[in-house]
Amino acid sequence: MSDLLKFNLLQAEKAIKNKEFTSVELTNAYFKAIDDTYSLGAYLETVKEKSLDMALKSDKNIADGVARPLEGLPIGVKDMFCTDGIKTTASSKILDNFYPTYESTVTQKLWDDGAVMLGKLSCDEFAMGSSNETAAKGNVKNPWLLDKQVSPGGSSGGSASAVASRSALAATGTDTGGSIRQPAAFCGITGLKPTYGRCSRWGIVAFSSSLDQAGPLTRTVGDSALMLNSMAGYDKKDSTSADLKMPDLIDCLDKGVKGKKIGIPKEYTQDGISNDIVKFFETSINWLKDAGAEIVPVSLPHTKYALPVYYIIAPAEASSNLARYDGVRFGVRKEGQSLDEMYELTRGNGFGEEVKRRIMIGTYVLSSGYYDAYYLKAQKVRRLIKQDFDNVFEKVDFLLTPSTPTTAFSLGEKQDPLTMYLNDIFTVPASLAGLPGISLPVGLDKSGLPIGMQLIARAFDEPGLISTAQVIENYAEFNFIADGAAK
Amino acid sequence: MSNKKSIVDIQTVNKIARLARLNIPENDKDNLIIDLNNILEFVAQLEEVETSNIEPLASVTGHKLPLRIDEVTDGNIEDLVLQNAPEKSSGFFVVPKVIE
Repeated sequence: MSDLLKFNLLQAEKAIKNKEFTSVELTNAYFKAIDDTYSLGAYLETVKEKSLDMALKSDKNIADGVARPLEGLPIGVKDMFCTDGIKTTASSKILDNFYPTYESTVTQKLWDDGAVMLGKLSCDEFAMGSSNETAAKGNVKNPWLLDKQVSPGGSSGGSASAVASRSALAATGTDTGGSIRQPAAFCGITGLKPTYGRCSRWGIVAFSSSLDQAGPLTRTVGDSALMLNSMAGYDKKDSTSADLKMPDLIDCLDKGVKGKKIGIPKEYTQDGISNDIVKFFETSINWLKDAGAEIVPVSLPHTKYALPVYYIIAPAEASSNLARYDGVRFGVRKEGQSLDEMYELTRGNGFGEEVKRRIMIGTYVLSSGYYDAYYLKAQKVRRLIKQDFDNVFEKVDFLLTPSTPTTAFSLGEKQDPLTMYLNDIFTVPASLAGLPGISLPVGLDKSGLPIGMQLIARAFDEPGLISTAQVIENYAEFNFIADGAAK
Repeated sequence: MSNKKSIVDIQTVNKIARLARLNIPENDKDNLIIDLNNILEFVAQLEEVETSNIEPLASVTGHKLPLRIDEVTDGNIEDLVLQNAPEKSSGFFVVPKVIE
């Protein structure tokens, strides 16, 4: 039975359609894996009965010869996606009793394409965090170096931990400043943040509306291609959704990088970056050179301002988005003597420390007298950051950078909020510019923790991103499995 | 944002918490003041960037928001809308009595 866990998404897709095993068998194997890896804390909730119903239907479709693209493949869902009738909390106490009466567009597309839902995966509260430690139900563990208690990263920490521990064949994530790419790097898997507008945000719990994007966390680049094929697409229910057809990403595999220009931004090699990561960064550059790409040194001069811009814009948008949690229409209410007191107690009691900090910062920078100095200033510098990317993408096709300055840190290691924020230094700039990025594993550091490299492409060039990432994947031959993975 | 040190004091925290309708326990306020000042000091480095001729950026992909005919496209789902309400009565959300 456990042999079934060895199949990645693309392999399982073919094997199921060739009737090598059934979706029910595969789904049961994943439920055993979920039990075996329970101590990681990746899942907030599983829905076994529903999963097996979906798997049975998939097996019938396969028998009837009407298999859909993801037919019978069991996946996990980050708890930021509203799922009809299934508790959706965004890892927050304030939503502890919330059962959506609708399904997010992205998850609906996955089910329409035949995927089987395993359950809901933990994340940082409202996706605000880089370690999964702000989750109301407690942190998630990284399956790598299990006895060292390492963070899986965040905010999609449950998704990354589940895929790396083989308790989900693949998972959905959301990325606002690095929340797909950083946990993917920390857990030795592939995480793709699409271009802003590529995946509908409808039905995803809103954090920072000008930055949030959904994307896949998977074992391989090919798996990401298969999953993003189903997740992406125009949705009239999201007014920022892009009405653009995406080519079939599976056709983009095995295209190579011959003649492509890869930019190496000089700003991404400074400041506290670990030696092992620098070494693999250089190795990755050589792989691309060997595959026929031209390497071009470039500069993105406003990189150092990306984090300050992000920590004004994201909290500002969050403070506005989170105003809806008022104890009136949904969520956990805390009674008070007056309406205002009810609001204040509901929110004070329901939100965790990091969420409160960000609401306070966001409210401050938007408040009268400070708006121009902070919010407007940040929006102006955001334009300069985007212009940096526009300029280099006139000269190169892709950018290669490390995904994170260090490998996964220990749980509880970063107590100061600002120190935690600095971890997203390599992922935030592309988010501010709305560009697609992918993190994939290239090797292990001295202690045995995975190292991720990030590729960034022009807006809507997910096809090129997939082709190029697969070249690195082929050279890296990253076949390591986490010690805490299901056996 | 020129005054870098301690721009947030207890009065500011109380004012902002009130604007955000956020109850902050007294015991948490000292640490919150330290965190907020550290974060605001960190973001204040944007001051050194020259932006006098730069337009603020709100939409990254240059996407134009679509318009549609102003007509009802949804509805008749009162039960679903009220399903998650902490308190409801006769098809309404219920809040504490407001008398001013």
